[in-house]
Amino acid sequence: MSRVATLYRSTVGKKVLMAVSGAVLFGFVFVHMVGNLKMLFPPDAAGHYAMDVYAEYLRDFGYPLVPHAGVLWIARFVLLVAVGIHIVSAVQLARLSRAARPRGYAKEKSLSLSYASRTMRWGGVILLLFIVYHILHFTTGQAHSSFVAGAVHRNYVVAFQSPIVYGVYFVAQLALCFHLYHGVWSFFQTLGLSHPKYNHLRRPFAVGFALVVFVGFLTPPTLVLVGVVS
Amino acid sequence: MKLTLHVWRQSGPNDVGRHERYEADDVSEHMSFLEMLDVVNERLTERGEEPIAFEHDCREGICGTCGMMINGVPHGPKSMTTACQLHMRSFRDGDEIWIEPWRATAFPVLKDLVVDRAGFDRIIASGGYVTVRTGSAPDGNAMPVPKDDADAAFDAATCIGCGACVAACPNASAMLFTSAKVAHLAALPQGQTERWDRVLGMVETHDAEGFGNCTNHGACETACPKGISIDYIAQLNRDLIRATLNAKPVGNGTRG
Amino acid sequence: MELNSGIPSGPIAEKWDNHRFDMKLVNPANKRKYDVIIVGTGLAGASAAATMGELGYNVKVFTYHDSPRRAHSIAAQGGINAAKNYQNDGDSIFRLFYDTVKGGDFRSREANVYRLAQISLNIIDQAVAQGVPFAREYGGLLANRSFGGAQVSRTFYARGQTGQQLLLGAYQALECQIRAGTVEISTRHEMMDVVVVDGVARGIVTRDLVSGGIESFTADAVVLATGGYSNVFFLSTNAKHCNVTAAWRAHRRGAGFANPCFTQIHPTCIPPSGDYQSKLTLMSESLRNDGRIWVPKDEDETRRARDIPESERDYYLERFYPSFGNLSPRDIASRRAKQMVDEGHGVGERKNGVYLDFKDAIARLGRDAISERYGNLFEMYEKITGENPYETPMRIYPAPHYTMGGLWVDYDLMTTVPGLFAIGEANFSDHGANRLGASALMQGLADGYFVIPLTIGNYLARVTKSRVGTDHPAVKDTEVEVRARLDRLMSVHGKRTVDSFHIELGRLMWNACGMERSKEGLEDALKRIPELREEFWRDVRVPGSAADLNQSLEKAGRVADFMEFAEVMCHDALTRDESCGAHYRIEHTTDEGEAKRDDENYAFASVWEFKGVGESPVLHRESLEFENVELSTRSYK
Repeated sequence: MSRVATLYRSTVGKKVLMAVSGAVLFGFVFVHMVGNLKMLFPPDAAGHYAMDVYAEYLRDFGYPLVPHAGVLWIARFVLLVAVGIHIVSAVQLARLSRAARPRGYAKEKSLSLSYASRTMRWGGVILLLFIVYHILHFTTGQAHSSFVAGAVHRNYVVAFQSPIVYGVYFVAQLALCFHLYHGVWSFFQTLGLSHPKYNHLRRPFAVGFALVVFVGFLTPPTLVLVGVVS
Repeated sequence: MKLTLHVWRQSGPNDVGRHERYEADDVSEHMSFLEMLDVVNERLTERGEEPIAFEHDCREGICGTCGMMINGVPHGPKSMTTACQLHMRSFRDGDEIWIEPWRATAFPVLKDLVVDRAGFDRIIASGGYVTVRTGSAPDGNAMPVPKDDADAAFDAATCIGCGACVAACPNASAMLFTSAKVAHLAALPQGQTERWDRVLGMVETHDAEGFGNCTNHGACETACPKGISIDYIAQLNRDLIRATLNAKPVGNGTRG
Repeated sequence: MELNSGIPSGPIAEKWDNHRFDMKLVNPANKRKYDVIIVGTGLAGASAAATMGELGYNVKVFTYHDSPRRAHSIAAQGGINAAKNYQNDGDSIFRLFYDTVKGGDFRSREANVYRLAQISLNIIDQAVAQGVPFAREYGGLLANRSFGGAQVSRTFYARGQTGQQLLLGAYQALECQIRAGTVEISTRHEMMDVVVVDGVARGIVTRDLVSGGIESFTADAVVLATGGYSNVFFLSTNAKHCNVTAAWRAHRRGAGFANPCFTQIHPTCIPPSGDYQSKLTLMSESLRNDGRIWVPKDEDETRRARDIPESERDYYLERFYPSFGNLSPRDIASRRAKQMVDEGHGVGERKNGVYLDFKDAIARLGRDAISERYGNLFEMYEKITGENPYETPMRIYPAPHYTMGGLWVDYDLMTTVPGLFAIGEANFSDHGANRLGASALMQGLADGYFVIPLTIGNYLARVTKSRVGTDHPAVKDTEVEVRARLDRLMSVHGKRTVDSFHIELGRLMWNACGMERSKEGLEDALKRIPELREEFWRDVRVPGSAADLNQSLEKAGRVADFMEFAEVMCHDALTRDESCGAHYRIEHTTDEGEAKRDDENYAFASVWEFKGVGESPVLHRESLEFENVELSTRSYK
């Protein structure tokens, strides 16, 4: 146990927490993206939208073994903890970085291998703000112009008919894309998942993952905006 | 050619320091960057001013003594090249050049461009070796080492300890330096016995010295005059996690 | 000055064993009561400090660098010899011994060289166990190559960075001991003088290069591992800070200086490109395996190298030495290059080099094969010169490289001052008048790992232990002298920079006491050096303060010592009225223009005793007996 504490105290240990909590979050993001693709399906014979069916399924997942929405709340709790750890570690590490280089260079040129790596901290802040907005928008409804509880498909379509809302989501997805690209690559690096034979595949994988999520998330809203999905 | 230099001047560790402007006339393209500074220093001395203090020794890119930020890049614009091996043909007539010391809490400035890199030695002292009492070694060929492993160890062992990785890193992290030694010894059978203690001890000292954390920018790899790869950092991370989870009792990383 | 080499009795192969048995030992429990000072952290110093720390001595080690790892051993490229006979090609301890004595042109001490060859085996084992990544064969065993004209493959190497890897091994062992508390290190401390109490070395005075503070450290023995003095020529392959100060200060305190004129010239360096040139870069000698050396026949040649037809090229080494050709020994290749340049056949803008051409090798083996062998050297050359050696021939010229001379030491590596030892390049012991390739690393590590840790015990066990504190009058007196000298340097307030003096001294020495020496040239130099030295003390300008990091002051102190040292070097070259090894007196050549030894009159090591600045030093001779190697004349025709 003391060795785990030693690891945690080290900068590498904090990075490991970033990586593990990040992995939970990008797992969630991926599933969320796949779920959103339900928006592309037309309603069934009974007039139920696939998205609404899916939402209902999520709420009742595990019932009657667990109460209604039980698994959903557990998942929300896990995500909240992951976000918390991710943010706390990020703040700690950012502080360490500042302490390690209190004074910068008069002339500075970035040598980082990717633009994404330099935008992680501000990108993270943007994403945090977005998550708050997103929950108020689609989960609790306060930020939605005409929110109807349970009518997920309808709420979605109404929201993205507005170019402004679309714009906000587009920017957020762009930030997510960058964050994921560096995050996924960093995940391999930080957890030491490296092997000379496969290392050249890590960056393409990170790019691919980020792009799939980006395209997957933005396809339904784009189709809503242009009127293909209603 | 003529150049305008903006050089960081700081009379001692407690001085606040400032950039001074110098005009370097008649610079030849065949000069090395340090020879250009030599010439500037000769002029300064002749004028009765104190020459610019900078570190250097072998001037053939192997001792790791020299190092300075040249226009925001450690060792200057040419990749895989130390400041002493950088030649003025990499610049153009009329260029302005900013010359600054490595900046990191763990590398305090002693004077002008001279910084204290003793932290690197302390990281090595925390495990960057194989303990072998002189005279007790078995025959050199007693333990064959696959050529690939020997080559891999050599690649990691080419680090010259100049500090460019720290200077380039936005977090002033010394993970590239630390990981190069971890990876060098981990690649060889001789390094296995102390492998887990080594990584625990070296990372602990790395952090205690005030170096920052690695956020996988890769700037260190770009800046490294020996092309040390950040793959070694992944290996260090893996070894550190393994050392932590290792069921066998290991030391606490502070050995004597 | 009494020279007692202390060579043990018995057959050569048993001397070291006999001696080890005869040695007095320090009881393990008592070792920690002894303080040992080591100056320098190169291969010899770092390995000695680590090993003596391990043995239990209280070791204090000093370096003027910011870290022990910067020492110039790090720049050695080629490799390290050992008589392992892993190649089964007929190598043996005796053969390595024989080659070294012969290579040194019979001016080294047989017993020391034999011990070196014996110990060479252990060095490799030690380095491998430390994790030094030597080159290996596909079967996983250590690889060897033939080096410097040796008939057997006995050179172990780590690509072109053998010195670096061996030094890092020793450095890591040293750091391990520092962590363990057996060794205390003072970095950025330059040794300014040796403290001698009642004729015995008992400590050193140092200058803290950051604060300027003068500090003293006392001990029961002092070991100098402070390297060579090639920088007396200003331009050499040595690192910029390499200097003679520690050895010279010891010499002034009574340590005999042996064979100072034995300085080795390396034939394959990049020629200087301008007056600002600060040092010369060595290109590995291995290049001569595939490159052909030539100059244009026409002195007024202006065409680019590749436009000069074969018939107008002079492959002079192949012409002079048909059997060895481009692989002729270092000194011969060097002198012939100088001859070509002096006769006006030099190439390059400044006509100061000869071509080393890979055109034929590329045509024969293909560009890839050449790149495989020499890629990193070609890159280095291109970095420095901006020329691509695949397209246009390299330009090379000889440069001062290694100094065989150094402080005289006995078999136990002790100088003529009791308690003061010298190891590695700082001593004179093993290479005679010429050093074989890949032998410098071997000697530094042999001295540091395996010789001095034992022999110092033999000394310490024999002397009566007494305490000398830093408050001892002799210590205080030495401090006063050190301060006075620094004050004097700071108070000249002249007009000329330190470097301008160093450059002038270097040119003078290169012309008079470099690759070729003549009676007239040396006598002239002996007149001019004191004049230059006087001008130095009258007109040098050292800006800044002594109580601060002051690189000009550091240089000034070192150059001031070179100014004194240069004289004894010329005296030595003048007195040695023969040619041998790297010492080439134009008066003593064979009909073919090769070095002509005079074994009847000069089979000795010259040992110089200091008599005061400007006073003629006194010569003592250690005669050399050759019982195991027959004196012979080498021939590379």
